[in-house]
Order: sequence, then C-alpha cells, then structure tokens
Amino acid sequence: MKITLDQDKCVASGQCVMAAPDVFDQRDEDGIAVLLTSTPGDTDADDVHHAAAVCPAVAIRVQD
Amino acid sequence: MVNDTAPPFFPMERAAACPFDPPPALHDLQDQAPLTRVRLWDGSTPWLVTRHAEQRTLLADQRLSAAIDSPGYPLPGPARPRDSKGGGSIGFILMDDPEHARLRRMVTAPFAIKRVEALRPAIQKIVDDLIDEMLAGPRPVDLVEAFALPVPSLVICALLGVPYTDHDLFQGHSRNLISRSVPIEERSASFTALHDYLDDLIGSKLDHPDDGLLSQLAERVRGGELKRSDAAGIGVLLLVAGHETTANMIALGTLALLEHPDQLALLRDSDDPKLVASAVEELLRYLNITHTGRRRAALEDIDIAGVTIRAGEGVIMANDIGNRDPSMFDAPDDLDLTRDARRHVAFGFGVHQCLGQPLARLELQVVYSTLYRRIPTLRRATELDAIPFKHDGAVYGVYELPVSW
Repeated sequence: MKITLDQDKCVASGQCVMAAPDVFDQRDEDGIAVLLTSTPGDTDADDVHHAAAVCPAVAIRVQD
Repeated sequence: MVNDTAPPFFPMERAAACPFDPPPALHDLQDQAPLTRVRLWDGSTPWLVTRHAEQRTLLADQRLSAAIDSPGYPLPGPARPRDSKGGGSIGFILMDDPEHARLRRMVTAPFAIKRVEALRPAIQKIVDDLIDEMLAGPRPVDLVEAFALPVPSLVICALLGVPYTDHDLFQGHSRNLISRSVPIEERSASFTALHDYLDDLIGSKLDHPDDGLLSQLAERVRGGELKRSDAAGIGVLLLVAGHETTANMIALGTLALLEHPDQLALLRDSDDPKLVASAVEELLRYLNITHTGRRRAALEDIDIAGVTIRAGEGVIMANDIGNRDPSMFDAPDDLDLTRDARRHVAFGFGVHQCLGQPLARLELQVVYSTLYRRIPTLRRATELDAIPFKHDGAVYGVYELPVSW
C-alpha cells in the first residue's frame, strides 16, 4: 500500500488523523496533514481507506 | 419525460409528528432523482441535490462557487446590504479559494485533533460544574438556558479570548443573525453589532495580547497579513458557529435520546469511548441541524447523474436528506447509536467543511457521556408537542427544553 497526500489541497479538517492516527498527523503551525509513513502495513489498510474516503478535500490517494 | 408541474417550493416543512425527520417532500424528491429543480422565495429555480453520493461529489467540485455574489447563487432570503466599512463578510465561509484557503489557514491550528483533545479535561470540568448547578437549582429547568448554550459558549470564549460575561450580547445577536423570521433590518443590525464587538475586541488584543485565537488574528493584522475587518469577520464566524450549532446538538440530541429510551440506555449504561464517539456521529447524521442546505453557484457547466448544471445556475445540497439516503445508510430513518455513521455530511464536504468539527465532536462526546449518567432520571417536563422547534432557523433545534429528574 502506498499513500500520497496533497498538502496544497488539505483543509486541515483532521479527519485522517481521527481515522488513522498511526499514519497521519497534523502540522503544529496550521493543522495541515502530514504522513507519518507513506507505506503503512496491512493492519492499517482499512483505516487508511476510510481516511481517504472521509477527507473533505479529496487530498489522499491510496494505491494497494 | 415531460414534467409540466412547477418545481416545489424550498425549503419544505417538516411533518409535525416527526420533528427529528427531514420534510417528507425531500424523501419524495430523493426517490425521484439525485437532482431536481426547486423554487426559492425569489422565484429562482436552482437544482436541489438530495442523494449522498452526488452531494459529496459536488461539494468537492471547485467549479461550484460558495461566493454569495456569484451569478446564480441561491440566496436563502433577501441579501443583507454590504457593510459600509468594507468587506463585512462573515469570515471566509462565503468566499472561494485561493482567498478562502489563505484566511482559513490562519485559524486552523487550534482546531487540530491533538490540540482539541488536550481541551478534554477543561471541557469536562465545564460540563460537570454546570450539571452541579442544575442539580442544586429548581426543577423543572430549561436545559437550553442552563446547559446547552453555556457549554459551547464557555468553550469558544476561552478558545477565542472573548469575555464570557458578554454572553447575553453575543448570544442574542447570534440568534437574530441565523433566524429566518427576524426581519432583515434587525438581522443586519445584529451583524453590525457583532462585527463592531469583535472589531473592538481585536483592537484591545493589539494592546493587551493573551493566548486566545483573537490575539493571533490581531498579530496578523499588525503584521499586515490580514485586514482588520476580515479579522473581525472571522471572529464573528467562529463565535457564532462555535456556540449556536453545538448548543442545538446538545439540546435537540438530548430530546431525541429521551424519545428513544433504548438508545439513551445504551449510552447511559456504557463507559466505552468508542460507543460514545459512534453515538456522536449518529446523532450528527440523524439530526443534521444545518437544514437549509449547502449552497453554491456553478461557474462552468457540470455534467452529473444524467443532467447538466449550467454555468450560472444555483445548486443546493440538502445534507439533511443526504444523511437519510438508503443507498448510503441502512434503515436511514432509525436512530442507531451502534451504526458506523462516519460518512455523514452533517459538517458538509469539500474545502468548506466545518472548521470546528473536532471541537464540536469533543464537546458532544463529553456532554453525551456525562449528562445522562449523572442525571439518570432526566426527563421532559412538558409534552413533546409543546416544545418550540426552530423551524425558522438556519440551524435547527429547540428554543427551549424544560426538563426535570
């Protein structure tokens, strides 16, 4: 699994952090999302797919 | 198929016997097609989007403008005259990118998940103290006045750096601002009063900074990044949105739970944070208090679900009925705190999705996990049909909720 995150699109809703806290975090200065890992393990797969689905800015792409 | 009937008037009325459900006419439109025409107060006939999938697709499409002065924008009522001091808009909610994004990013940091989560003990104390006061006071009591309004007002005041002692002023003007039955002149006056109030506060933060968000905006004004009128507009947006919406979710959510005692019992008898979080999402979905739709104007032609939205046409995403779409949620008209409701559109979708949602979620989690456990015999103190619902509000809820125990 490989994740790409478009920080220019991100609106800092934090939905990804709620969905997959082991994979996503937010920058202190403006809450924009950051990837803790771009290649998470299988155990995070469901959470990552959910994060991509609820991202309001459609800023997360997941390749299985 | 030729349809020779005039588009139905929007917004529609709820059924009196089902105060928690969207208007029945919205169900009928959703059954017909994902997009249908409706008629507004000014005779315009924008598209109404009633299904969950198309609502998400369109809310994420930047060819739709949220700017209130875009041609074809479906106004909810007569437009408020523009403030003579320039700008005077209510924050960035009615702006498009890139200016929307520039302003929004100035205030996103305090709403990050971990920053908000750190407020949990402080919010728990606010909730516990207010419940102590209620328990020590007379019965019945109006839950709106005694609890639902003070909780989010105290929280947003602390976050912004607004003195809570001014709550009568900002709560009264906020109520006017989002009412559809208050005359436009009075709403304009309330907006101006709130804008002036926030402008004065930002002025005083320039001289006496604190660690609230208004002080951070004041610093940006000083640095030339932000016009003072824009800073005041953002302040109005955060103050109004920060207390009215959550207050309505607390009071209306409590009433909905009292009417569904099996669901209330689930919540009251559990200390599982996962169930509490799930209950918050389900009540957000089920009640969807922002019930006049997310409004946009098409900047270009957009093909969707077999129709073409033409440039210059209005589009309204009725997220209340979107959250009752059976293709997204099984038995959507049932309140089921154990379902996975996380894909609801109660906070909207796209770049304008609610900025304060992590804070709203946390406040509701603390409230719903505390109030019914500390007052297990909580009950309505009047008949359901005697409770005044906010049919005329941009945000749905109850004006008062007499309760006893």
